[in-house]
This record gives sequence, C-alpha cells and structure tokens, in this order.
Amino acid sequence: MNTDTTDVKHTDHDTTANGSWEGAAQPFKVGYGKLMIWYFLLSDAFTFAGFLIAYGTLRFSMPSWPVPDFVFSTFPFLDGTHPLLFVTFMTFVLLFSSFTMIRAVQEGHRENRRGVAIWMGLTIVGGLGFLGCQAWEWTTLIGGEHMSLTTNPFGTHTTSGVYLNADGTPSEDTFEAGQTYLIHRMHLAEAHDLADTHAGDHGGHGEAPEAAAHDDHAAEDHGDAHGGHAYAGTGDYPDAVVDERGYIHRKYVPADGENAGKTMHEAFGPKAFGALFFFITGFHGFHVLSGVAFLLIILINVLSGLYVNRKNGNEMVEKIGLYWHFVDLVWVFVFLVFYLL
Amino acid sequence: MAHEYSAAKKIATKTIIILAIVTILEVLVALTGKGYIIEGLHFTPWIMNLTMIAMSLYKAYLIVYEFMHMKYEAKGLKLSVVLPTCLLIWAVIAFLYEGHAWKNNRDTVTERSKVEVVE
Repeated sequence: MNTDTTDVKHTDHDTTANGSWEGAAQPFKVGYGKLMIWYFLLSDAFTFAGFLIAYGTLRFSMPSWPVPDFVFSTFPFLDGTHPLLFVTFMTFVLLFSSFTMIRAVQEGHRENRRGVAIWMGLTIVGGLGFLGCQAWEWTTLIGGEHMSLTTNPFGTHTTSGVYLNADGTPSEDTFEAGQTYLIHRMHLAEAHDLADTHAGDHGGHGEAPEAAAHDDHAAEDHGDAHGGHAYAGTGDYPDAVVDERGYIHRKYVPADGENAGKTMHEAFGPKAFGALFFFITGFHGFHVLSGVAFLLIILINVLSGLYVNRKNGNEMVEKIGLYWHFVDLVWVFVFLVFYLL
Repeated sequence: MAHEYSAAKKIATKTIIILAIVTILEVLVALTGKGYIIEGLHFTPWIMNLTMIAMSLYKAYLIVYEFMHMKYEAKGLKLSVVLPTCLLIWAVIAFLYEGHAWKNNRDTVTERSKVEVVE
C-alpha cells in the first residue's frame, strides 16, 4: 500500500521472469491465462445456452405462458404497474459496470495503478448494486407474490371471458385471451404453520369461520380490482375457490372456447416457470457474486503492487475484465429471453 | 501509447452509448408492441421478436468485439471461440421444434381422450 499514490514506471520487469511460456511465439498472440479464460467462457456460454434453450423448449410445449411485462412490473417504493422498468434499470447498472471495467483495463495498459483501483472499485459497486436489485426482485416474487420453485401463481387466460361477483353474478371485470393473472394468496390462520412447507395433503381442515383473512401486499402491488375482498378460509365461494394453501383462484365464465358459458376457476400457470426463473437468474447472479469476489481479490493485488513486477503486467485485470463482460453478455440474453420475448 | 489510450477510451465511450441506446430501443419495442405506450397499437409478434433478437445479437457483438477486445485478437483465436457458438443455432431450432411437438402430442392425446369408444 506504500506506493499506491505514485505511478510506478518500470522497464526492468523483463529481468525478473524467465518463464516457460516465453517461447518465440505465443499461440494466437495472447498469454496462456487469457487464452484459457476465453475457452472457459466459451464453455460457460454453452452452459447458459443449454439453460435458456431448456426454457424455450418448455415454453414452446405449453399452451400458454406468463406474460413477462405482467410478471415483472413492480418497482421499489412505487405503486401500480411499471412493466419492465425495474429490470431495465438493472440492465443499466450492469452495463455501466461493464464500462467501468473496460476503463480499468485501459488504465492497466498504461500502468496507472490508481486509475485501475478507482475504476475497479466502481465496477464492484455496480456488481453489488445489481445483486441488490436482484435480491429485491426475488423477495417481491417469493414474499409478495408467492412464487416458488414448484408453484407458479402466474397463469394466462386462453380465452376471453368475465369474472364473477361475490354473489356469483358476472361482474364488470372482463379479460382477453393471452392476459396473465396473478393468483393472490391469503394467510390461513389454521394452515399458517404448514403454508410454507408445501405440506400437500391436509384436507381435514374445514372452513374455520373465525379464521380471519387479510389480503396481501401483492394485491396492492398489482393494483388488482380484487384487493380488499376477504374470505373466511379454505373453501368454495361464489366468486372464488380458496385452496388449502390459501391461494385464491377467482371464478370466471369464458366467453368462447370449449368451456364457453361454464363456470371455471383460475388455474396455476406452467409449473416449470418458477424453477426456470430462479435457477437461471440465480445461476447468473452467482456468476455476478463470484465476479465481485474475484474483482475484490484482484483489486487488493493491484493495490499491493503484486502485478508491478510481473512480466505480463496487469493481465490479471484484463482476465477478470473478460469474465465481467461475459457476465454482462449473458445478461443480454437472459434479459431477452425472460423479459422481452 | 498516449494516443492509443485516448483512442481506446473514445471507442469504449462510444460503445457504451450505443449499447444503452439499443437497450432502450429494445424495451420500447417490447412495450409499444404490446400496446403499453400508444393505445391500440400492437406489433405482429414474430416481427417484434425477430427485431429484439437481432438487437440483442448486435449488443452481444459489441460486447464481445469491443469490450472483450475480440476485434483486435488473432484470427485463430477469433475463429476458435466464435465458430463453436454457431452450433447453438441448430440447438435452438431443434429444441424449439421438439418443444412444439410436445405440445402437439399433448393436444392429440387430449382430443383422443374425448372420443367415446363405440363397440
């Protein structure tokens, strides 16, 4: 740390290393480490491609799929729906950290340690900011909207139709084919302890009339017209079915399709959606997290002057730069596949 | 050296601005196409999706070729990293086709289970 305010100019570092990678010609004119990180990133690209293609395959195999601009329409501290706003913000955080990373690499080329440290520090801040955003997004989905690995409360209508009033008559609330709904969940007093453990079969619980139900924050988040309505507990009501885990499946009458005129209730969406979402964005988030860890280690090494005497100078900064840009590259496709299409 | 540095700095700034603009355009296409911005206006889904895929591929090109400096690497390195990813083109086509076939199978089974057997 004693030299971190001075720009060290050194021309004698060639004398310290006499490594075995010093042959007359390097393959592809890059150092060993850099070449290998390129091949690591290539293999990682195939891993991510495999996941995203699995998502596409399952999506193509389903009659309907949750509409992303409905699913991802919440924003911290703001009410109402803001389709894709928050995730666009996240994209910009990551994009900006990619820019600060390339600036760090450029400062590394001209041996400006101070510049490297500042820009790498900003990159770390960007990475942590992205992780924070993702944590908020997951918290909203899990805690507010009750999505889990195996339960997907986001379903999509395949016909148009009309919802029912509390007395079972058709209401003003209509929907079109392709419209996504969120099945809200209420807290059941008698099933509260079991609610999060997915204990499948506890049908023995009848409707406890004294079980006070209160609506969720999620209802406010989505500005749902249904918010405020209270049910006594699990059971079949004129306008909804409340299942044993407290999910409120609203009743509706389709206007067309094979069930036209019959009374239906909202079904859960494609089951794989939650697992795909949490697994793929989680795997990407884990890449960001490990990227932040490597950035920190390399930042400390830069500050301690470890790379000053290396023959390849600040190549470590370039390598973590490649990894960091790759994380941004993957996000371009996660953003496309999960949020835009 | 100093000249090279300021040139590289300029390219980085230019690239990040293009990336930001393309990202905003993508989101605008997605939201306009689904009727959020102009009342009653919808884009044909497949045209909209192709546009967004093309824009994302352009973003990927910029990130790999400018940010990751692939443009300035040796030809052999370029080919050995970029060419294998072309395998993914077929993977996407084959698996999406397969997924679509699962859906058709399911529909067929549903139809058949409705048919009453007359003996």
